[in-house]
Amino acid sequence: MEQTVEYAHATGLLSGIWLLVAIPLASAAVLLLLGRKADKWGHWLGVLAVASTFVLGLLMFFQLGGLDAERRSAEQSLWDFIAVGGLHVDFGLLFDPLSGVFVLLITGVGSLIHLYAVDYMEHDEGRRKFFAYFNLFVAAMLLLVLGNNYVMLYFGWEGVGLASYLLISFWYTRPSAATAGKKAFLMNRVGDAGLAIGIFLMFATLGTTQYDEVFTGVSALSGGTVLVMGILLLLGAAGKSGQFPLQAWLPDAMEGPTPVSALIHAATMVTAGVYLIARSNAIFTANHTLQTVVVSVGALTLLLGCVIGAAKDDIKRVLAWSTVSQIGYMFLGVGLGGGAYALAIIHLLAHGFFKANMFLGAGSVMHGMHDQVDIRRFGGLSKYMKWTWLTFMMGWLAIIGIPPLSGFFSKEPIIVAAFEREGWTAWLYGSAALLGAGLTAFYMTRLFVLTFHGPKRWTEDIHEPHESPYIMTVPLMLLAVGSIGAGFLMSTSVPDWLEPVFGQEQAEAEPVLAHWLLTTLSILVTLLGAGLAWALFRNGTAEEPEPAGVLVTAARRNLYTDAFNEAVFERPGIYLTRALVFLDNKGIDGAVNGLAAAVGGSSGRLRRLQTGFVRSYALSMLTGVVLVVGAFLAIQLGWLA
Amino acid sequence: MTPDYYLVLAAILFTIGAAGVLVRRNAIVLFMCIELMLNAANLALVTFSRINGTLDGQIISFFVMVVAAAEVVIGLAIIMSIFRTRRSASVDDANLLKY
Repeated sequence: MEQTVEYAHATGLLSGIWLLVAIPLASAAVLLLLGRKADKWGHWLGVLAVASTFVLGLLMFFQLGGLDAERRSAEQSLWDFIAVGGLHVDFGLLFDPLSGVFVLLITGVGSLIHLYAVDYMEHDEGRRKFFAYFNLFVAAMLLLVLGNNYVMLYFGWEGVGLASYLLISFWYTRPSAATAGKKAFLMNRVGDAGLAIGIFLMFATLGTTQYDEVFTGVSALSGGTVLVMGILLLLGAAGKSGQFPLQAWLPDAMEGPTPVSALIHAATMVTAGVYLIARSNAIFTANHTLQTVVVSVGALTLLLGCVIGAAKDDIKRVLAWSTVSQIGYMFLGVGLGGGAYALAIIHLLAHGFFKANMFLGAGSVMHGMHDQVDIRRFGGLSKYMKWTWLTFMMGWLAIIGIPPLSGFFSKEPIIVAAFEREGWTAWLYGSAALLGAGLTAFYMTRLFVLTFHGPKRWTEDIHEPHESPYIMTVPLMLLAVGSIGAGFLMSTSVPDWLEPVFGQEQAEAEPVLAHWLLTTLSILVTLLGAGLAWALFRNGTAEEPEPAGVLVTAARRNLYTDAFNEAVFERPGIYLTRALVFLDNKGIDGAVNGLAAAVGGSSGRLRRLQTGFVRSYALSMLTGVVLVVGAFLAIQLGWLA
Repeated sequence: MTPDYYLVLAAILFTIGAAGVLVRRNAIVLFMCIELMLNAANLALVTFSRINGTLDGQIISFFVMVVAAAEVVIGLAIIMSIFRTRRSASVDDANLLKY
């Protein structure tokens, strides 16, 4: 399949794409450089920077919409970024339909979360620094989605990794937060190494990292090369998106402030992996095995996330595992290829709304409950936090896929698409997706019911939980509106909009079961899961975790994935360093020090020859002379001949 | 009369001198033993001169005597100053220059 990709040059308003990155970056720089002087107004500058970027992005989006489908892209090369020998990388930006929707998601949801954070972080001394990092994140994330080559993407990729690290360990005086930041950084490095090697491979085989040239050239590569390249990119994507086998950092990342969890670890940064695969669709479509790997990772992760999420008691960790699981759905979508690319992007956008909504809702609950995070100690909050309750309900109904909320329009088509594969794989992946839907309904309902309904199980110090101020609830309301309406609006418009990126949709394969049957099934499974959770947790639950069976214990311990990592990677690493330290101390230092000691010791012995007695010197001189004369005589008289 | 006896005598004198240097402690006796060795060497030189019929050995023996005289002057002066500071002429007592 010969495929050529070309991008049009940026014109008009679109020639200002660079501003999208520059505005939040400048704001971050101002906030960091001015230091305490900016404490009074710094947070408003941060909000303003992101909001103005949103407005600018929206205008550009509309201008892009006005262009013909074939020319619906805007590429802009700012300067030579790297020019060494054969390697030539532009500092180039690309605003096309795919980047466009990401820009709107990042800046739109980002603005709301920034606004929310103004009040959430009010009593924190580091609020200005928080907004500086937050703006830095937005700038890096925009660079990630706006780059026109893989090196720019990598630049942004590392930038968001840095911002994520800084924000996870924002409360760095807490050891758990510092450790979580380190864990996230290290696990991301594993993925980033894969991405970097993938980009090296791209340059080695194709001689370029520009998107258009890579996508045009990839069809000429051998299947094996494409497979390796794709697996490496997938490793990078899995690291950033918390997918199996690199999922362990994401739930720990909830140690950061809640707005961080909402923006970075739910709505935007963790979806960068999905963006990478969707952007590289030419590479992933070119190899069937590669697609199967991506689908398998997605299916495995979505089940893993569901199972663990169902056993957790920390409100933010349940949401984090649910994020892992929902991104699993997106990976499933991008792995299926064809029309499912657009479905994955729709789910990504819808997820951005409802997950940000629920994270901020969780933050609002924590705000009113003295930073309690254990859902076993909530209950009955619907009366006290009307707005939080209502908006969280919208997020809950959306994520479990109740029609007509957004989750239904985004998740159900992915389940149907999973059933559209050939042969037994359709049953395997389809039923995984369907089972995941049921489990999602179960654990989200558990979370919702335990938090907002049932008897009060509060700790003694709480008498009357208060609703959060409007500056926090208004973003919740807007996001709730998004959770309700976005899915329906996007389900038809987004596939058409993204057509220039993913190509013409091929004729749909028929699912192995009838379409209406699958839809009914998925709704039934969802209702079953939700109903089960409702029945189990309607009357509350114990205030402390109770001893449980094998499966629940395993799920509470993250299905032993952390234990596996510790046993297989961490401990051998520690032993290796210990062995190396031992070798260094005893082996290398031992050899050097031993040599020095041997020289010192033997010279100490030799020194004793200098007795100070003249007569012993005379004896040795005499002996020497006798020997020399003897040798002369021996040669002279031919004794040695 | 063969010159070999002179050489044997020179060897005996040298051996006595060397043995004296090694076994005696008194600096003066040591000095005399050194003189004995030098003169044994002189005797050998003169004998060789006689055997070969040349004057080389005899001339060198004069040099040896001059050097020996100079050595005696310096050596006795050193021994005197050591004796003054330590009240002893034993070479084993002058053993500070060591390890």
